[in-house]
Amino acid sequence: MSFSPSPAVRIGLSIAVATGLYGVSFGALGVASGLGVWQTVALSALMFTGGSQFAFIGVVAGGGAGSAAFGAATLLGVRNAVYGMQMNRMLRPHGWRRLLAAQVTIDESAATAAGQLDPDEQRRGFWTAGLGVFALWNLFTLAGALLGDALGDPRRWGLDGAAVAAFLGLLWPRLRAREPVALAVVCALATVLALPRVPPGVPILLAALVAALWGWFSRGPADEGLEPDVDPAGYDGAAAPPREHD
Amino acid sequence: MALWGWLLLASAAAYAIKLAGYLVPARWLENEHMSRVAGTLTIGLLASLTAMNTFSAGAALALDARLGALLAAGVALWLRAPFLLVVVVGALAAALLRLAGIG
Repeated sequence: MSFSPSPAVRIGLSIAVATGLYGVSFGALGVASGLGVWQTVALSALMFTGGSQFAFIGVVAGGGAGSAAFGAATLLGVRNAVYGMQMNRMLRPHGWRRLLAAQVTIDESAATAAGQLDPDEQRRGFWTAGLGVFALWNLFTLAGALLGDALGDPRRWGLDGAAVAAFLGLLWPRLRAREPVALAVVCALATVLALPRVPPGVPILLAALVAALWGWFSRGPADEGLEPDVDPAGYDGAAAPPREHD
Repeated sequence: MALWGWLLLASAAAYAIKLAGYLVPARWLENEHMSRVAGTLTIGLLASLTAMNTFSAGAALALDARLGALLAAGVALWLRAPFLLVVVVGALAAALLRLAGIG
């Protein structure tokens, strides 16, 4: 018997491996931020949306209160509602499948499904990427958390530098036009100006307010900022098509 | 509330948001403003987190080895390095700068 996966399954598996692997960095950084191994592992299993998880530990590492970490993580998860709506229309899951689909609705599974034209392939792509990333992301988070725990002093290993690189890496694929770059610069500047003046964790909420007002009042492509961290188009045998707009 | 409490609450909120996409009438979220805000929030928060993790030292600002990590990661991304390599480059840059006595 030979196993010959369909294109959507193949892309889903590639995405699962590429995304799952960077769970190592989340695990190590989670422990470095001051969370315990089990708290870090719980974030990957329960929250399961990379950007929000990094936001939670990023605020904790910066000395922010639990409430500020909650606020940053929750706001960064808002885009998942948009993906949920798209997946609901595309896949029409019912009963327990809908409850499970919601948990694995993330950048990568939504993008893998959206990249397919055939409805069966959309379904296969979504579930392969969603469940595959879930399995590997959690496995590698545990590995990273145990590794981070064994390393000891995070500063000596440059793990605070790794956190900076991780956030820039998450931001980077979303900066494909002039407008998102301008928005990113304004929000970074607002954060730096607010840092010495307000309690820890509040600067990021101020930046969120600026970004929300920007999105509400400006006119631009409706999908700006909704690019996946790991682009499934890059696993399709072809390079991702450039997206130009101003 | 202890950190575990906020962690579980934030996880519950994350799931509720995902599920809301499947349950609320599509026209609520199809509102172009909503989708724009979801996108700009993502960009703004990630930019803010990048800045905070680079420059914050408690309630003050600091220029240290983390700025070197930011620049090194930027170069790696410019060269289209995969995410995990970018993270390793950031760690290496900060660790080497500290070894050299900077930051």
